Amino acid sequence: MKPIKKLLDKTRHHFEPGGRLHAFHSVFDGMETFLFTPNTTSKSGVHIHDAIDSKRVMIIVVLALMPCLLFGMYNTGYQHWVATGASEMPFWSLMLYGFLAVLPKIAVSYIVGLGIEFTVAQWRKEEIQEGFLVTGILIPLICPVATPLWMIAVATAFSVIFVKEVFGGTGYNIFNVALVTRAFLFFAYPAKMSGDQVFVATDSIAGLGSGGVVDGFTGATPLGQVATQAGQQAITITDTMGHDLSTWDMFLGLIPGSFGETSTLAILIGAAILLFTGIASWRIVCSVFAGGAVMAFIAHHFATPLYPASMLSVADQLCLGGFAFAAVFMATDPVTAARTKTGKYIYGFLVGAIAIIIRTYNNGYPEGAMLAVLLMNAFAPLIDWCVVEANARRRRKRAIIANPSTDLTEK
Amino acid sequence: MAEKISNKSVLFNPFSKNNPVVVQILGICSVLAVTAKLEPAIVMGLSVIVVLAFSNVIISLIRNTIPTNIRIIVQLVVVAGLVVIVNQLLLAYAYDVAKQLSVFIGLIITNCILMGRLEAFAMSNRPWPAFLDGIGNGIGYSIILIIVGFFRELLGSGTLLGMRVVPQSFYDHGYANNGLMILPPMALIIVACIIWVQRSLNPELNEEN
Repeated sequence: MKPIKKLLDKTRHHFEPGGRLHAFHSVFDGMETFLFTPNTTSKSGVHIHDAIDSKRVMIIVVLALMPCLLFGMYNTGYQHWVATGASEMPFWSLMLYGFLAVLPKIAVSYIVGLGIEFTVAQWRKEEIQEGFLVTGILIPLICPVATPLWMIAVATAFSVIFVKEVFGGTGYNIFNVALVTRAFLFFAYPAKMSGDQVFVATDSIAGLGSGGVVDGFTGATPLGQVATQAGQQAITITDTMGHDLSTWDMFLGLIPGSFGETSTLAILIGAAILLFTGIASWRIVCSVFAGGAVMAFIAHHFATPLYPASMLSVADQLCLGGFAFAAVFMATDPVTAARTKTGKYIYGFLVGAIAIIIRTYNNGYPEGAMLAVLLMNAFAPLIDWCVVEANARRRRKRAIIANPSTDLTEK
Repeated sequence: MAEKISNKSVLFNPFSKNNPVVVQILGICSVLAVTAKLEPAIVMGLSVIVVLAFSNVIISLIRNTIPTNIRIIVQLVVVAGLVVIVNQLLLAYAYDVAKQLSVFIGLIITNCILMGRLEAFAMSNRPWPAFLDGIGNGIGYSIILIIVGFFRELLGSGTLLGMRVVPQSFYDHGYANNGLMILPPMALIIVACIIWVQRSLNPELNEEN
């Protein structure tokens, strides 16, 4: 760190007003405050509630995503080894394969996203916001492993510009940026975002793994398989080689799916970190799972072969697809979620319930968590408004009962 | 009668400074509906130019005889008559496009641009300026339609006017058409981008906060 500090101190005068590189001072500031504590910190004032700032929040979320990322690497390697019919599973080779598969995606999403953020901050002469730190790693985690890099670049650029920057940058976005990236990919390039060709990496990467899959391989995700079984009396969910999957397998997550969202176990470890540090709202996380469980129970109770996903058990519904990931990392985004306490319960419950409704009663969309969160993002301000209004009305009524002579009619 | 405006500005203002779509935000519905391909966008633009110009002239000619309380009905009758003529012409000479445009030619009647121009301009101006105003606003509308249609067809289908423009080698290297461009939301976003560009170029259009 010493030499970096020295370098920053030496070059600082170029970036100060009048310096040669003053135009790039926001990049300089961003780098400096990212690496070191800023020189100017607030010394006093009633506005300081906590030692935490948004950079630290972002770092902890990134840390909480690490279990998912690491498990995703292992799972990507594992699925590849299974698909190619390998008999032994060398752990480090699997990890390295998964690492090489995801590294370019993380790099692309960060370069494109941060590039746009830096440019806009420079252009508006503002400080660089750190919001993309989390978004940049979420994007590769929620995409299928075979998503082409240029698609991720296009979708990230679209999402950062039209969802975040036009509304005023970090903290002002209406929708979750990472999920809009996913939604853009889903609607723009459906062939690359669903089906049975994209969720398992089948090519060899840098000499690791062998190309070519064995006979009997099918790369459909469990929910993808379910969606195609309309009209059957009982549904079967298998792994890529045709073996039946139990709920425990779905919980552990050695199944095909988007990179980081297959393992409910890894997600729960991340959830524990977020809840322990108080960064994610437990109200939202719990109510999303509650909403999902209630809706899954209702759907299961009225199971019909017309909608095959309704035959899944409650536990399967909560473990499969992106539901758990959306509950822990997407619905809890403090910018786009509801902010009042009661509002958080309503918001979370509806996210969970709608996710299961879309998944179950629309066979065209095998997964509904993404659309459910985006829909409720749009409704979060309305929920908050209703909660605040209800509270104001209750207090007004109480004041009138206590002192009937006061005139407290509307405004 | 409104203050004297030169015929030139009546014709050219709607192209950019006073564009009916991106400044007055009128006729957005048809922009969403007919711009997935370039050809229907062009035909729709032409139809609106013709209907708007002639309805402006007709209303301007009879403006002093229309009783004020039924003027909207009279305007609608004039527009409806012209729309039926245009629709019949399209069915006779450009049947495929007419099929694609289907109900939207008929819905020119309800296009806010028409009612807006008839009320705001034709009712209080002489036929020649009214004609120019109709042509100008029609072209202003068509420009936006064509820009949006161009991008939506190019990026969404890889074609322009039905001809393949994106070479096959692109697809062989993994390029794919953007399915979202075919869906209506992208038309709104492209219109928003045009508004963005236009307001950056003409700062006087920005509203005060």
